Amino acid sequence: MGKLLAVTIIIIAIASAVPFVMHTWEPPADVSTHGGLIDEQMADTMIEAGVSFLAAQILLGLFIWQFSKPRTDSKVKTFPGGAKGLVIAAIVLVGVEVLALGAFGSKAWAAVYFTPPAADAMPVQVQAGQFAFYFRYPGPDGKFGPLHPEMINEGNQNLFGLDPEHDVESRDDVVTAEMAIPVNKEVHLLMHAKDVSHSFYVPALRIHQDFVPGLDLSLHFTATKVGTYEIVCSQLCGLGHYNMRAYLKVLSQQDFDEWMKKEQAAQ
Amino acid sequence: MHETAAPAVVHGPPTTFLSKHVFSLDHKVIGLQYYTLALVAVVTGMVLSWLMRIHLGWSSAAIPGLQVLSPNGAPGGVMTPEYYLQLMTMHATIMVFFVLTTAPFAAFGNYFLPIQVGAEDMPFPHFNMMSFWTTFTAFLILVAAFFVPDGPPLSGWTAYAPLSAIGKNAGPGEGTGQVLWAAALGVFCIGQLLGSLNFISTVLDMRTKGMTLARLPVTCWAWFITSCMGLTAFAVLMPATILLILDHVAGTSFFIASGLVLNDQLVPHSGGSTLLWQHLFWFFGHPEVYIAIVPGMGIVTHVLVTNMRRPMLSMKAILYSMWALAFLSYMVYGHHMFVSGMNPFSSLVFSFPTLMITIPSTVVVLIWIGSLYGSKLRINTASLFALGFISMFVSGGVSGFFLAQPSIDIMLHATYFVVGHFHMVMGVAAMFGIFSGTYFWFPKMTGHMMNETIGKIHFWLTFVGTYCIFMPFHYLGWAGNVRRYAAFTDDFLKPLIPVHQFITVAAIFTGAVQLLFIYNLIYSRFRGPAAPANPWEGTSLEWAMPSPPPWNNFGGHDPIVYHDADQYGVKTASGADYIMQNSPEQALGTAEGD
Repeated sequence: MGKLLAVTIIIIAIASAVPFVMHTWEPPADVSTHGGLIDEQMADTMIEAGVSFLAAQILLGLFIWQFSKPRTDSKVKTFPGGAKGLVIAAIVLVGVEVLALGAFGSKAWAAVYFTPPAADAMPVQVQAGQFAFYFRYPGPDGKFGPLHPEMINEGNQNLFGLDPEHDVESRDDVVTAEMAIPVNKEVHLLMHAKDVSHSFYVPALRIHQDFVPGLDLSLHFTATKVGTYEIVCSQLCGLGHYNMRAYLKVLSQQDFDEWMKKEQAAQ
Repeated sequence: MHETAAPAVVHGPPTTFLSKHVFSLDHKVIGLQYYTLALVAVVTGMVLSWLMRIHLGWSSAAIPGLQVLSPNGAPGGVMTPEYYLQLMTMHATIMVFFVLTTAPFAAFGNYFLPIQVGAEDMPFPHFNMMSFWTTFTAFLILVAAFFVPDGPPLSGWTAYAPLSAIGKNAGPGEGTGQVLWAAALGVFCIGQLLGSLNFISTVLDMRTKGMTLARLPVTCWAWFITSCMGLTAFAVLMPATILLILDHVAGTSFFIASGLVLNDQLVPHSGGSTLLWQHLFWFFGHPEVYIAIVPGMGIVTHVLVTNMRRPMLSMKAILYSMWALAFLSYMVYGHHMFVSGMNPFSSLVFSFPTLMITIPSTVVVLIWIGSLYGSKLRINTASLFALGFISMFVSGGVSGFFLAQPSIDIMLHATYFVVGHFHMVMGVAAMFGIFSGTYFWFPKMTGHMMNETIGKIHFWLTFVGTYCIFMPFHYLGWAGNVRRYAAFTDDFLKPLIPVHQFITVAAIFTGAVQLLFIYNLIYSRFRGPAAPANPWEGTSLEWAMPSPPPWNNFGGHDPIVYHDADQYGVKTASGADYIMQNSPEQALGTAEGD
């Protein structure tokens, strides 16, 4: 029965690795300028984790195969080198491996979070609430009007709580239910939550950031390919969580300008 | 090394039915009570997972009878999205607290820790009894959430504020249900704190003559380390739950920020911090993962060393690694919060210790595997589950390489990759530890042997079944499948639904297989052949007493200990390949050979 267990462990290990090796299930193709670093980091980690996984499972299987045979003699043997070699291997090899992963991974993280947005990045505000995202563009004056949470009223379509009567900057703000951005143009996303925590996850853009009630957070990114991508909420926010999403349209500059005109006209 | 003699009498024999079986002071009865509670909890949690899995595979399917259980949650038997989340919250809470914490730590620890140190009982038997009944009360409070008008909370076992703090307007179950949830956890913490104190003082003060710290079996160390973690982790969760309850009932705003709007109304709270809850919760939550797994590591080491018939290559390396895991577990909790909006520099600070956890984990795995080399491995159900534990621990561990890195977390955070990771390493691996411990110690606890044939069938189907359930979780997460969705309506998620259906079938099958285990428990308890005192030829003190042990463990005598518990693979005058801890016999040499 030991041999059967050995074979089962090895078969399961190899079978588990096959979909990763064959790329059966993949994240959506990357359409961001920074995503390449993340994908590279994921691929490198996959190799290191995959090798560790297979090596450990196969070694476990081989030793079970070899040493579960019923034996009549009373002899036991000790692994060559004893514990010392194994402990040193674990500390040195694994230590170097994970520290290297951590160091290289920091670069990818820094590319997203430690660089300020370009001065000419296009600001877009996003508000998350149960169970929809809404977006706001500053309009021709380039300024967002102030928010008045107490004035939020979905019935009147005052989704952000704007007061154009008193706030001049609010008058040209453009509020939309879908997000559109020009391709190859950096976007500075200004995020806030209306009610509870939510998250802004766009797998194709390799961005993922929670909305934190009470905190204004920001992200910046550049999309490199025209297309429509899904923005989904990944932070449990209530009964409609599974259905909370919006579409992100990445358009050519010309199409974006037209889209913006239409949206402005519709305000 | 410090030596302490156990006090002669901790409490007298039970005299009434109540004091023997219900409000018992006997650590063994309390251990069995914890085990029974865990069994009830695991069956409840598993049935909940079945319901959830059916819904995830076929979201419009009617589940016969579910409308009776919850007319609002499942009209016509079809689960609503909110009821899915409510069941999910209860599944996780029940499993994490009342199974994974209760069985390997409180159940086995209570039963075997005093015996293995050579004591008659724990130093504070009344606290011990209180600890169980407090935990039981916590379970009742939690389950009561099913029976309040809006049902249990839907905010997940992590109960992120402000969803969990605002009150019933935030969603179904977020009123009374959430308060009951928080109260249950608060009460649970009291039970665990009492238990941890007892465990720590048992190890420090109740060791019998000759039982130096260096001679403690590895399980004792595992429970001791877990108690140290429990003492600090639950001490943080408890006040957090109190603050959460205050936000509900006293109008405070610990976790609710200003200016929030729900249903077009300003929420009447201000000044609280959303991230405060996450910091408090995960400061507890990460050590909790190790509270669930370290006892399993101890049990598996204990079972393996007995069945390999040779000592571990280095028991010290395993012990130091377990200590390192416990220590590091407090420095890494921020890896749950990489994209939470905390300072991105903190993410890097939390990332490196998280990656370092790989080192002690690898040491333990390599010592286990290296010790198999040259051993005389005995295959029985207990050792099969212990070996299965190693395989699962490796599988669940390597996915940690990814999740420890903030840059990769951008893709994998809150996806099924995370769900696969923690189910394998703290769910399935810990369960394998529990199964291994059960098959190993059942003869001692009941005086009957368990049926090995049913046990082995149980192992094979469970081992293959759990891989079929949880390995595909990683594939789903890799493709960006967000967790905690009641259905998959996003364009990029729809192609993944067949994978979910496969998992559902595997989960129902593997769950059904567990009936074999329960049948075996009940059948063997009454019909199993009588167990000898030392069926596995073990060395530790639990094997030096009759099966089952008398109420005062060693019959009023203090055992004297002469060796550590790793005297396997030795030459003795009698020809046995082991020497028990309480035997004065000295080994004639090791059985080392080619």
